Amino acid sequence: MSLTKLRNPGLWITVIAVLLLGLWPIVTQRASTREEIFTVLLSVVLASSLNILLGYTGYVSFGHIVFFGLGGYVGLYLIIVQGWSLWPAMAAGGLAAGLLALLLGQAILRLRGSYFALATIGINEAMRAFINNFEPFGGPTGLSLNFQTYNAYGGAANALWLIYYIVLILALFNIVLSYVVKTSKFGLGLMAIREDEDAAEVMGVITPRSKTWAYVLSAILPGVVGVLFFFKNGNIEPPQAFRLHMSIELLVMVMLGGFGTVFGPALGAVGYQRLRGLLLTSDLFKNIQLAVAGLLLLLIILFIPAGAVGWIRRRFPILRRYLP
Amino acid sequence: MDILAFLTDGLLIGFVYGIAAMGLTLIWGVMNVINLSHGSIIALGMFALYFLFVSLGINPYIGVVIVAVLGLLLGMIIYAVAIHRVINAPHLSTLLATFAVNMIIIGLGTTAFSTSPRNVDFSLGSATVGPVTLLGTRVVAALASVLITAALYFFLYRTTLGKYVRAVTDNRAAAELMGIPSARVLALSFGLGTMLAAVAGGLIATFFPFTILSGGTYELKSFVICVLGGVGNPLGALFGGLILGTFEGIIPYFLPTSWVPVIEFILFVVILLVRPTGLLGAKK
Repeated sequence: MSLTKLRNPGLWITVIAVLLLGLWPIVTQRASTREEIFTVLLSVVLASSLNILLGYTGYVSFGHIVFFGLGGYVGLYLIIVQGWSLWPAMAAGGLAAGLLALLLGQAILRLRGSYFALATIGINEAMRAFINNFEPFGGPTGLSLNFQTYNAYGGAANALWLIYYIVLILALFNIVLSYVVKTSKFGLGLMAIREDEDAAEVMGVITPRSKTWAYVLSAILPGVVGVLFFFKNGNIEPPQAFRLHMSIELLVMVMLGGFGTVFGPALGAVGYQRLRGLLLTSDLFKNIQLAVAGLLLLLIILFIPAGAVGWIRRRFPILRRYLP
Repeated sequence: MDILAFLTDGLLIGFVYGIAAMGLTLIWGVMNVINLSHGSIIALGMFALYFLFVSLGINPYIGVVIVAVLGLLLGMIIYAVAIHRVINAPHLSTLLATFAVNMIIIGLGTTAFSTSPRNVDFSLGSATVGPVTLLGTRVVAALASVLITAALYFFLYRTTLGKYVRAVTDNRAAAELMGIPSARVLALSFGLGTMLAAVAGGLIATFFPFTILSGGTYELKSFVICVLGGVGNPLGALFGGLILGTFEGIIPYFLPTSWVPVIEFILFVVILLVRPTGLLGAKK
């Protein structure tokens, strides 16, 4: 991987777009804007991570949120019960998610197509049901943070800003990571697997190893932001941590923006959250926002299956350089 | 309670689970589509039966027949609108298309019916045999399930249309070359799948309270059963349902009830890994 690749204008357009979005609440200093953008940035991290597995490798994970939930649980357990500080807990959350992916990857990545998708649902549900019975993690009531914990970070208000900065940095890092993976030989191997796994194997891609690393890579950051999200939230419960619906929302974001592209998942995350916000606040659509979102998803799947960025790339080949 | 009583309860419900899973496995087997709107259609079946019974005073078992017809029509419409265009696209497209249908149904359903629980207040009495109490509604539901399975087999193996469905399952291209209108057969198969889901919902509504969101649980159970029984194998689905029902009946006897889903889903993943064709073997 040479550094000249990092000079690609498309990468920097994406990074700058996300950075500007992230700086907006810092400039205005409004807490409500910060909360709104926080949700968007969180989705950018999760959707871009999922894209490494879904978009590059072509494996549909319906239970990706399991890494977010597990990371959150491990992190909060270490902070609350073991008295760790946020930084090592974040690392531990990411590590736990990565390890789970490494172990699972050995087993379930042998499954192809719909079988893999179903196995990921099964794992998410098994994990949720298990944590529900797991006493060290508080069983069905989960874990709650003592409000005093925030004092170590300059009080609750400061802690919220701190978490915001970290998520912004992670979102930017994740976009660069997506780009680096996509343009590397490893990424090329992943995309070969997506197009035709058997052919990729014949051409010398060591598919089990590549798939497993893609899975691990797509699991670590969700684990880390899981810690941040639930630390900010103050408590964690099994239904919140392993919400299958959220997993599928991530798939929608990736599809909306364009799967397999660097900019797509970020754009999809922003677009989806923005749309959801609009629907939730409008009098006309407030009650049927789920139905409207479903209809929109259906229209995208049926008519623009490549997503926004994919569609532009196909329609205007000249822009491809700017939309990696 | 005696273990025999637990077992009977589980077994009787298992028959109905089997019908729900049969709907999923039929669609999966025929067109290789995992129908993620399965759960919401089960819930619609529950509500349809509820309104037929409460508003129109129709006997629930006549209601189930009406629910079946409505389910068949709904499925054919869903196929035409949402599935047909992406039937040959990568499986992510069909997964998300059916999930979009699920969102639309749940969204509209929540607005129309809210999420407060409903209950079909209907009883057929009960009979006590030794330590076991048999609830009338559950026994009838189990018998109805056996009847439906028999009817489905009769349709698939003794009618021309059923032969078309099997031909399209085996090889769609070859079936088309033989002059079988595959698009219409696929629409019919999808309709049959949703019909079974709606009927299962209707039967469940006669003995359990429900909300518009209840379908999700039964959808997950259907996945487990499909894999247990082998994808595309309707009789396997019925046996899978019985196995799952038995588990649900027996596990609470040894462990707290909250462990049931843990064991179910671990079993699910393990079977996927060890024998993805199911315990009874997939059709094909």
